[in-house]
Amino acid sequence: MSRIKEISVNGARRPIDADSDRTLLSVLRDDLRLTGTKYGCGEGQCGACTVLMDGKSVRSCMTSLGAAVGKQIVTIEGLEKEGRLHPVQEAFLETGALQCGYCTSGMIMSAVGLLGRNPRPGREEIIRYMEGNVCRCCTYPRIIAAIEKASGGMS
Amino acid sequence: MKLRGSEFEIEPERYELLDGPAYKFDLERRDFFRVLGAGILVLIPGAGDAQESGGTVQRDRNSVPEDVGAWIHVDPDGIVRVFTGKAEVGQNIRTSLSQVVAEELRTPVDRIRLVMADTALTPFDAGTFGSRTTPVMAPQLRLAAATAREALLELAAKRLKSERSALQVEAGRIVDPRSKRALSFGELSGGEKLLRTVSRDVATTPPDDWSVTGTSVPKVDGRTYVTGAHIYTVDLTRPGMLVGKVLRPAAFDATLESLDASAARTLPGVTVVRDGDFVGVAAPDETCAAEAIRALRPVWKTMPQPSNKDLFQHLKENPASSAGRGRGGPAARGSIAEGMAAADYKQSATYSVAYIAHAPLEPRAAVAEWNGPNLIVWTGTQRPFGVREELCRAFGIPQDRVRVIVPDTGSGYGGKHSGEAAVEAARIARTAGRPVRLVWTREEEFIWAYFRPAGVIEVSGGIRRDGSITAWEFHNYNSGGSAIAPVYDFPNQLTEFHPSRSPLRQGSYRGLAATANHFARESFIDELAHAVELDPVVVRLKNLTNPRLRSVIEAAAERFGWQEKRSSNGSGTGIAAGFEKGSYLAACVEVEIEQRSRIRLRRVVQAFECGAVVNPEHLKNQVEGCILQGLGGALFEEVDFENGKILNPRFSGYRVPRFSDVPPIEVVLVDRRDLPSAGAGETPIVGLAPAIANAVFRATGSRLRSMPLARGGIKL
Repeated sequence: MSRIKEISVNGARRPIDADSDRTLLSVLRDDLRLTGTKYGCGEGQCGACTVLMDGKSVRSCMTSLGAAVGKQIVTIEGLEKEGRLHPVQEAFLETGALQCGYCTSGMIMSAVGLLGRNPRPGREEIIRYMEGNVCRCCTYPRIIAAIEKASGGMS
Repeated sequence: MKLRGSEFEIEPERYELLDGPAYKFDLERRDFFRVLGAGILVLIPGAGDAQESGGTVQRDRNSVPEDVGAWIHVDPDGIVRVFTGKAEVGQNIRTSLSQVVAEELRTPVDRIRLVMADTALTPFDAGTFGSRTTPVMAPQLRLAAATAREALLELAAKRLKSERSALQVEAGRIVDPRSKRALSFGELSGGEKLLRTVSRDVATTPPDDWSVTGTSVPKVDGRTYVTGAHIYTVDLTRPGMLVGKVLRPAAFDATLESLDASAARTLPGVTVVRDGDFVGVAAPDETCAAEAIRALRPVWKTMPQPSNKDLFQHLKENPASSAGRGRGGPAARGSIAEGMAAADYKQSATYSVAYIAHAPLEPRAAVAEWNGPNLIVWTGTQRPFGVREELCRAFGIPQDRVRVIVPDTGSGYGGKHSGEAAVEAARIARTAGRPVRLVWTREEEFIWAYFRPAGVIEVSGGIRRDGSITAWEFHNYNSGGSAIAPVYDFPNQLTEFHPSRSPLRQGSYRGLAATANHFARESFIDELAHAVELDPVVVRLKNLTNPRLRSVIEAAAERFGWQEKRSSNGSGTGIAAGFEKGSYLAACVEVEIEQRSRIRLRRVVQAFECGAVVNPEHLKNQVEGCILQGLGGALFEEVDFENGKILNPRFSGYRVPRFSDVPPIEVVLVDRRDLPSAGAGETPIVGLAPAIANAVFRATGSRLRSMPLARGGIKL
């Protein structure tokens, strides 16, 4: 086990002092107070903790801090730029793609990861990619609509 | 063999059991203004007053009523604060209630602030359940807002020296169109300490003139969710806060014989709390708390308990000692014997439903802080005042020393009526002497929360060749009595709910009993229709005069194209209809059986009618959510347990609906502006399971009578 002194989050180098085997989720939430990223299951089954690591969506509850060193981490708090929401955030609002909102950060981060890989995914690809994210309020049809809307908006 | 005690007996519809003595609010007039500041205050008498006076309150309009249901305060800055004990758990009532107030005050929605579910700031409320917010709280707030509007008009008439009847209210201002002078709400309420009690005869806006209610106002604080800024209980921190964690017993009802905590106590910063069978730790962080729990050496005494495989027999053979609670007891009309004698075809069938878990994505959590003898707890619950009661009982302290605050919560579905995490966090915090945050793990949530009741339903009935159902006998064991009475006009009927001693801790769930009763009723009607070779829609309409239920059946059948659909080998269509908590629905589905074992939904059409629609998009969102959550319970959700242990307490072992399960869904909203608005967070869940079972039968000839229907694949 080693101590990690710094990670890069939302475009800034953030000083920390944490064991490398702690989860990225725990460090983001407890050490950096970036609480938009949620705990949902701790076993990578619900996607509430999804963040981007070098542009790819990962489950932060299954990612060790050590694995995040030297990578560019983006959380839900890092999507808004100069007061302007990311197109995926806008699309979630426009389609009303949430009820309680607890899964929303993870849904949005997964969707941003998907659109980073393929800006124009078809419905089947959206479903396949998002399958690991759970919305217990079951707003799935609206989330699919939001991603389709954002995909048009980003092109 | 030990069974769970009376504490967790079946609660058929929890709100019925909670209707206790009216709460006596003890604030004096001066206290309101001390807390709220100057302004215009409108108090809304609670249910107790309304009942005593037969609905018309005759009192001095400037006095504080004994029993207050909610209040509205117009601040000197023109912001309208609305205080209600209801909690936001994702059903979007923060938005719908804002709409109602904005409408009556003729002021933009963004000038309305709801203060919700805080026992120190909001009036008593039994809880947010039973689809009661829209039919009960919204009309109260509408009256209060209209009363506030009238008070503002009175003030404006005086200040502007205008005829009151000539004044207009628009965009948060009172305007005299003749003099062109105007005063904003803030200008009017500044410096005032004006108190009004709601007048029941104040004019409210008729639904045909609605311009804010009845429209799809977006979620009022939606931006805070898509940016991750919203603070749930799990996100709260307090100065000096520690992390709490509970040592869970080896099985339900285990008792702690001994505990060796010596290793845990040596960990830096760790406090171990033992109080009877309760053991918890406080630690500087989550990692350390988990390590401390692992370092504890408990010896548990367990005892044999029923298992899932014996569940249905168990429920039938173990009646609850307090039979008659809830809606237990028979309801009869006509004569079953005569009805059976008149039938051309008679049948009996047994249906069952499994225990299922709410699995709210935000697990139970609480932050507890003691300040001397006073306790503040932040927690996600649907019953803040109920949780305050639990805390008072647990610590033997009076209500005025406990404050419960509910941050808008990561869902509940009826699963967050209780205050386990609140009591646990407060107990640990008391010993640790510091604030404590305690968040249940997913596994704890699956095991130590409560479940939707399992149940067995036995039905027998008779039908004539013309489709009239002549006899209907229906017995529900354990899953609840709500919606057990058919809306159909069966001339001879007997329905009865039989409470059982539940092997698992059970409680509220979205439309819990209605789901089970509709599953059995709507499946059995289909069985009878098939026996006399009549169309299931025809049979339903033949036995039904209720115009509201008829209209949703016709609306769903028409949109679905029921007449044109023909079932063939491998695919089939099914319909189910129902009524619960003031609203009506009908669901049509088309299923396809893949690889002779997997049920795939090709299409769902659901018509829903809940009176006048308050917010069409949010209503559609609720209906869609209910359909898909209902799909989980219909097809695959099931709690598996054995001898006091839950065997599948993880998302990897307990399957919930996911993106790939979503069929094309069409929601047909029947908007009845001529009828009062009913709640809609529960009823849309009840139709899907029987509609699927009926469609599977048409596709395969196999009748599935046990939910979840696709348990381990269907057998054909």
